[in-house]
Amino acid sequence: MSKEDIVRVEHVGMKYQSVNGEIDAIQDVSFTVKKGEFVGIVGPSGCGKSTLLSIISGLLRPSQGKVFINDEEVVKTSEKVGYMLQKDHLFDWRTIYQNVILGLEIRKNLTNENKEYVLHLLKTYGLYEFKDKSPKQLSGGMRQRAALIRTLAVKPEILLLDEAFSALDYQTRLVVTEDIYSIIKSEGKTAIMVTHDISESISMSDRVIVLTKRPATIKNVYEIDLGCPNRTPLKCREAPKFREYFNAIWKELDVHV
Amino acid sequence: MYDNNNLSPERIKYLKKIKRQKIATWSIRLLILVLFFAVWEVAANLKLIDTFVTSQPSRMVKTLVNLYKGGDLFLHIGVTCLETVAGFIIGTILGTLIAVMLWWSDFASRVMEPYLVVLNSLPKVALGPIFIIWIGAGPSAIIAMALAISLIVTILEVLNAFIHTDEEKIKLVETFGANRLQVFTKVVFPSNIPAMINALKVNVGLSWVGVITGEFLVSKAGLGYLIVYGGQVFQLDLVMTSVIILAVAAALMYQGVVLLQKRLAGRQASDK
Repeated sequence: MSKEDIVRVEHVGMKYQSVNGEIDAIQDVSFTVKKGEFVGIVGPSGCGKSTLLSIISGLLRPSQGKVFINDEEVVKTSEKVGYMLQKDHLFDWRTIYQNVILGLEIRKNLTNENKEYVLHLLKTYGLYEFKDKSPKQLSGGMRQRAALIRTLAVKPEILLLDEAFSALDYQTRLVVTEDIYSIIKSEGKTAIMVTHDISESISMSDRVIVLTKRPATIKNVYEIDLGCPNRTPLKCREAPKFREYFNAIWKELDVHV
Repeated sequence: MYDNNNLSPERIKYLKKIKRQKIATWSIRLLILVLFFAVWEVAANLKLIDTFVTSQPSRMVKTLVNLYKGGDLFLHIGVTCLETVAGFIIGTILGTLIAVMLWWSDFASRVMEPYLVVLNSLPKVALGPIFIIWIGAGPSAIIAMALAISLIVTILEVLNAFIHTDEEKIKLVETFGANRLQVFTKVVFPSNIPAMINALKVNVGLSWVGVITGEFLVSKAGLGYLIVYGGQVFQLDLVMTSVIILAVAAALMYQGVVLLQKRLAGRQASDK
């Protein structure tokens, strides 16, 4: 374990209890994430990927093992972690501005300085003119960007992306991925992204962790080195080695219909 | 008629069609109403129907004027409307509060479930005599009756809406560390305002049922009292007149709620 490890997941296991029995969702998963790194987690659908993110965020306590962020054990949700869900979940009854300050409002952290920061983010990412509009008036891509600003507003060090783009149509998705990736990189955030989309994970991640089907364990880890300078997700998709990674992970996932 | 020259001929044709439909709907509606009363009046005048049991519009108008001259008309309307509004407001607020408590505690709502189901299926009129003995014969007992009818439905409707709040939206605020109160104020309550207004609409109707039932059982004034009194002394003029007034009052109150809904929806859309 090195000093720059910002997230440490140690022997995490999760068993869901219900009246009808027990579901073994995750078994003995361990990995670390370095500061500034972008880690993708792929696995067959329903393998417990989202559960893993919920555990890292502190929404869920694991039945075994521990998660550390900056060497502190995660026992509840912390402001160091920002979470992005599948849909943007912008509230229709709030304006864009009121939506992006939601986290600050809940954390009772609505200082003038933070308000300035939010306005700065809105300006930087082209949503300032829309700040008094209803979410209904924004396109899918802009909504996703507003959702990211809502997450960034509380200044998290780590972003957890839970299938954050899967509700968008394919074209929008490519653009939004590009967009969000550049924002995350320019803000210097560490990111862990769960997805079932192999291409998406290769195009964005520095490292891809492949999970087995339930109960999820780590099957393999790929260091993604596509050899493209100034990488962006779209450029990566054109890199020659992209296909190799794709095929390798595809075989690893071992999908049967 | 359409001074805007930018409209295409198709658009003008479409707008004309819409307008024609609207006029047609309203004229037929009015026609039905007028025809209904006209046939009633004529049939009564030609002795085709016995006005002793059916009354007749001209006699109803006379009754109405008499009530007005006697100074009792607005007393009766006022009493009934006041009881209804009181039952409606108390029922809505109390019902919503109880729903909030049941939403708050899973345990409480599990415990209360069978009681709510039984109370919901119980014909509330049966409770009337109990209220009269407990509370005394008067407006309070009538409001209690209205409450009994609307409260349980309100609780069930609002609780059901609360429970079905989008889990992912709740998860979103929880990722920001929201506590139960914040989950409620930031997500559950605002996202269910439309559902609560729908509950209000149902509630208006139920409050009327409760108040009229209450007035049938015990009252010295009110439209329900007039109807029962008129029935007992076989004065169908009085009964029919009261029913018509009741219909108008109930319709007006319902429109009030619809207006409130439009204003709330309008505000949500405009200040966002």
